Amino acid sequence: MIEVKDVYYSYPSGIEALSGVTVTICDREFVAIMGENGAGKSTLVKHFNGILKPSKGQVTVDGVATTKESVAQLSRNVGLVFQNPDHQLFSETVEEEVAFGLRNFGYRDKEIDERTTRVLDLLDLAKYRKASPFILSGGERKRVALASVLAWDPKVVVLDEPTVGQDYRQKERLRQFVLKLNEEDRSVVMVTHDVEFVADCSPRVIVMSHGRIVGDGDADDILTDEALLTKASVLPPQVTQLLWQLSDLGLPRNVLDLNKAKKLLDNVMGVRTGG
Amino acid sequence: MVVLTGPSGCGKTTLCRCFNGLIPNFYGGELLGDLVVHDLSVKEHPTSELSQHVGFVFQNPENQLFALSVEKDIAFGLENLAIPRDEMRRRVDWAMDMVGIRSLKDQAPYELSGGQQQRVAIACVLAMQPDLMVLDEPTSFLDPVAAKNLFEVISKLNKELGLTTILVEHRLDLLSTYSTRIIVMDKGKIVSDGAPRDVLASNDVEALGIGLPKVTRLYRMFSEQGLTFDRPIISVDELVQEIRRRAAK
Repeated sequence: MIEVKDVYYSYPSGIEALSGVTVTICDREFVAIMGENGAGKSTLVKHFNGILKPSKGQVTVDGVATTKESVAQLSRNVGLVFQNPDHQLFSETVEEEVAFGLRNFGYRDKEIDERTTRVLDLLDLAKYRKASPFILSGGERKRVALASVLAWDPKVVVLDEPTVGQDYRQKERLRQFVLKLNEEDRSVVMVTHDVEFVADCSPRVIVMSHGRIVGDGDADDILTDEALLTKASVLPPQVTQLLWQLSDLGLPRNVLDLNKAKKLLDNVMGVRTGG
Repeated sequence: MVVLTGPSGCGKTTLCRCFNGLIPNFYGGELLGDLVVHDLSVKEHPTSELSQHVGFVFQNPENQLFALSVEKDIAFGLENLAIPRDEMRRRVDWAMDMVGIRSLKDQAPYELSGGQQQRVAIACVLAMQPDLMVLDEPTSFLDPVAAKNLFEVISKLNKELGLTTILVEHRLDLLSTYSTRIIVMDKGKIVSDGAPRDVLASNDVEALGIGLPKVTRLYRMFSEQGLTFDRPIISVDELVQEIRRRAAK
């Protein structure tokens, strides 16, 4: 469990990125953090594994304050995949990149090899095992960064903008994968601007604006709250936009799901379904 | 206003790197065939010369920002072209306003968020007023409203100044209504090329796993049930109109 209590954080430049954030991420939760550029989303998640320590307030992971442990200790439980894979990748081959963390955590060679193979298969990267991460495309590097963290199987997986550079198919794989992680009792926290991806995943959604949390609830409620979305520079999903524009026809305003919308529209348009 | 899309690793970025001669001049390797940009063959002209016509916004904004202030970074290209000071001042301000970053002008680019850096990188290129602008996933770190605003700015530059733009993008839901042409690549080849409406309607494109806008998917679901439409649907407004027309019957 991650508990953030009235946390303030200012960068050395003096810019205050977090202005009193209080939030709890429970075990086995699936959370998306959304909000405008510069809202403090990445700053917040960097507190979860202690890369950043609060200027004021407290962050605890399983009851222990992040100021009391090193990033190395914390990251065994909380794995953070950076927004920009180039901030994270440095090895000469994809395989070494993935093995690096495992080696540092003291896994034996056989186990390192097994885990590396498993995670590369999972993320469709097996064919690049011996390649340099730097010859890969942006989307592929993003997946290598993800693989390198998933390899040691942290209890909490934090993904900063995981869908960037991913095509539709990769996004669908990522969605299945994240849902599976969550089912396997892992907490998943993702920072994202990808409102369609969030609509498809339907997690708990936390909305940030100007260093504060301004909304927190189920995707269905949050992503259809017009005033909140406007405040945080989030556009509603297309399905929601469509139904909002048709609300005078008696269509509900809180629908995200494509198939649900289709059924509602069938009625309005007088389409007979199911034969 | 061309959108270049296709599965991850299909060659989009590689193709873009040819447009200003980074391939073959910088990356090396083997390039067969001809590539002519603004009447200049990229094999025979250096990137420095091609860059005066082709502005390039990299996928990773950090790869192109280096100055200690946003303003200086934007001015750098202009300084190299020996643009007079007054003109330089005017263009830097104009470029910052276009992407809404004037409030960041004295900050160091490395201190900014990914989305802010992305807008600085775009301003750097805009200030050069190129004939052709290539943007490799320019909105990947932008919030949806900022992304929409950026597409609107690009669309305006395209219409008013005749600036040709090539955007690498996966997010077709926001872009399909602004772009005039979509090119789809797969495994190093162009597999579809045409007006957004035609490309998004083709079955081949869906088979490739291109992320169709949700309204286009709804249109397809209705079509499969036998409903006929005058044209494929690519925007929310179009589908709203279509549904209203049918609901009124």
